[in-house]
Amino acid sequence: MNRPPSHEQPTRFAFDAASEAEIAKVLARYPAAKMASATIPLLYIVQRQMSRLTGSAWVPKVAMDVVAARLAVPPIRIYEVATFYFMFNMKPIGRHHLQLCGTTPCMLRGSDDVMRACHDAAQVKPGQTSADGVFTLTEVECLGACVNAPVLQIDDDYYEDLDYDRTVALIEAIRRGETPKPGSSIGRQTSAPDGGPLTLLDVAGE
Amino acid sequence: MALSDKDRIFTNLYGVQDWRLAAAQRRGNWDGTGGILGKGRDWIIDEMKSSGLRGRGGAGFPTGMKWSFMPKQASERPHYLVVNADESEPGTCKDRDIIRHDPHTLIEGCLIAGFAMGAHAGYIYIRGEYFRESQVLEAAIQEAYDAGLLGKNAAGSGWDFDLYVHRGAGAYICGEETALIESLEGKKGMPRLKPPFPAAVGLYGCPTTVNNVETIAVVPTILRRGAAWFASFGRPKNSGTKIFCIQGHVNKPCNVEEAMSIPLRELIERHAGGVRGGWDNLLCVIPGGSSTPLIPKSVCDDVLMDFDALRDHKTGLGTAGVIVMDKSTDIVRAIARLSRFYKHESCGQCTPCREGMGWVSRMMDRMVEGRADIEEIDVLEEVTRRIEGHTICALADGGVWPVQGLIRHFRPVMEQRIADYKAKHAPPMPMAAE
Repeated sequence: MNRPPSHEQPTRFAFDAASEAEIAKVLARYPAAKMASATIPLLYIVQRQMSRLTGSAWVPKVAMDVVAARLAVPPIRIYEVATFYFMFNMKPIGRHHLQLCGTTPCMLRGSDDVMRACHDAAQVKPGQTSADGVFTLTEVECLGACVNAPVLQIDDDYYEDLDYDRTVALIEAIRRGETPKPGSSIGRQTSAPDGGPLTLLDVAGE
Repeated sequence: MALSDKDRIFTNLYGVQDWRLAAAQRRGNWDGTGGILGKGRDWIIDEMKSSGLRGRGGAGFPTGMKWSFMPKQASERPHYLVVNADESEPGTCKDRDIIRHDPHTLIEGCLIAGFAMGAHAGYIYIRGEYFRESQVLEAAIQEAYDAGLLGKNAAGSGWDFDLYVHRGAGAYICGEETALIESLEGKKGMPRLKPPFPAAVGLYGCPTTVNNVETIAVVPTILRRGAAWFASFGRPKNSGTKIFCIQGHVNKPCNVEEAMSIPLRELIERHAGGVRGGWDNLLCVIPGGSSTPLIPKSVCDDVLMDFDALRDHKTGLGTAGVIVMDKSTDIVRAIARLSRFYKHESCGQCTPCREGMGWVSRMMDRMVEGRADIEEIDVLEEVTRRIEGHTICALADGGVWPVQGLIRHFRPVMEQRIADYKAKHAPPMPMAAE
């Protein structure tokens, strides 16, 4: 699982004010003597700040050292966590991260076609960043939205029930700077059957 | 007889209504929670035991019994409730709907469960990819604090309870309870040897119980409507209602809450629009998420969807992620893709898993092509038996069971694949004096 860090590393990193506000909230969740629990949350804050400031969401080595100092743990503890979990990018990525699920439930519903569409529309191969720096494409394991397969995660959002054409349209919209509505691309009500719910037609509430 | 809407616990499963507190209360959440806690810890645990609820995260361990393992007397070590929302088993997407559409069922359940096990703090460990879902959950928790339902004297019960969300970062292994605890402590998600069990030594070395989201979220309704009501669904020892995730080659994939022990065929035909091309076009079903071995159509015809019925067919209910495959499926490739998943997700701690998942995956890739000898099917089967049961956690078991299921039910397909490959790639004629 371990991936080596990238070699194009910045020489300094400091949390900005927005990140410091997040850190204060995070640290309040754990007992004072158990600050190491904040390792993953702080790495997320690093990655978000990098995205905010540089347009590329990743975790440079110098930032891991800053996290280690903040949590008072040896740097190796941060390195091993950052390289163990797949959501931390160890090298710069494109402005948008296309993460396509290729596990069996999505495969059965046509994720091969969606992969082809990503390749054609974003001009990028799996594991790589497009020449224009806009898209990074990664084949990921099960995203946990299997009744809406195939699923493509773009940055923080899930796009569901995709096929080749709808994926191409989606990626072209993102390239134009639009933010297409997340969720089912065929207009389904979340995880209900296509055509509308067959249950929960008679419930209290609104 | 199908479950009726009045007996469904997750009344906003599809997010048709608002998830926020006011709407949740109109649906009956947070009704008399303080009074439930007032009946005491023993009453709650006894009621959970009589409801017959078995854990909804895959293993199916009786929930009331699990809670009773927590120390009865308070000590200087605090108790913790940890909720496993790391839903990552391929085929499973039920906890996601609870979190994003019915978060208050979960939060109320956390308070009750926390009280029942003597915990003043709970952590919900949610998979990192569920970013939007974690935002909903955090907002719902804040609403509960603002309404006095969490925090000091939660829901007027006299019990103090704090609840926090902790995001994972993309590792299936963290769904294993001790790996989850390691991860929550800020380490790599590598499972711990048991014993000691988390109820004795868990989070920060303190007594801890880890429960699945769905398990915790059904608790308030069970206690409001009574253990007997919950136990009236499903067969004995398999009680209750359950969210099924029906996907793959069905006409209308969906999540649905149904009674346990519903026949598989009825589940698929009533709720998911039937198998693509009709029931006779069915090849096989993986009944409970990727780790559970597939069952061929002949079994699917009349099998019931519960722990014991599926165990009788050498598979399991698991998480109730029902992966349906019709006759167009390349079944060898479908299982090989699962082998690749387990190779990717092995934490690398135990040798049989770290090396074995890679070996099985490479072997399965050859089986997809047919680039193998017939005898290698037996070698593959033999190796899976040597991996199974020889690791700290069950990831490797879950990794080899699908392969064993494939060989058990579709060996002729594998043999045919090999024969076809050999026919296409006949060795060149040996040449004299070469």
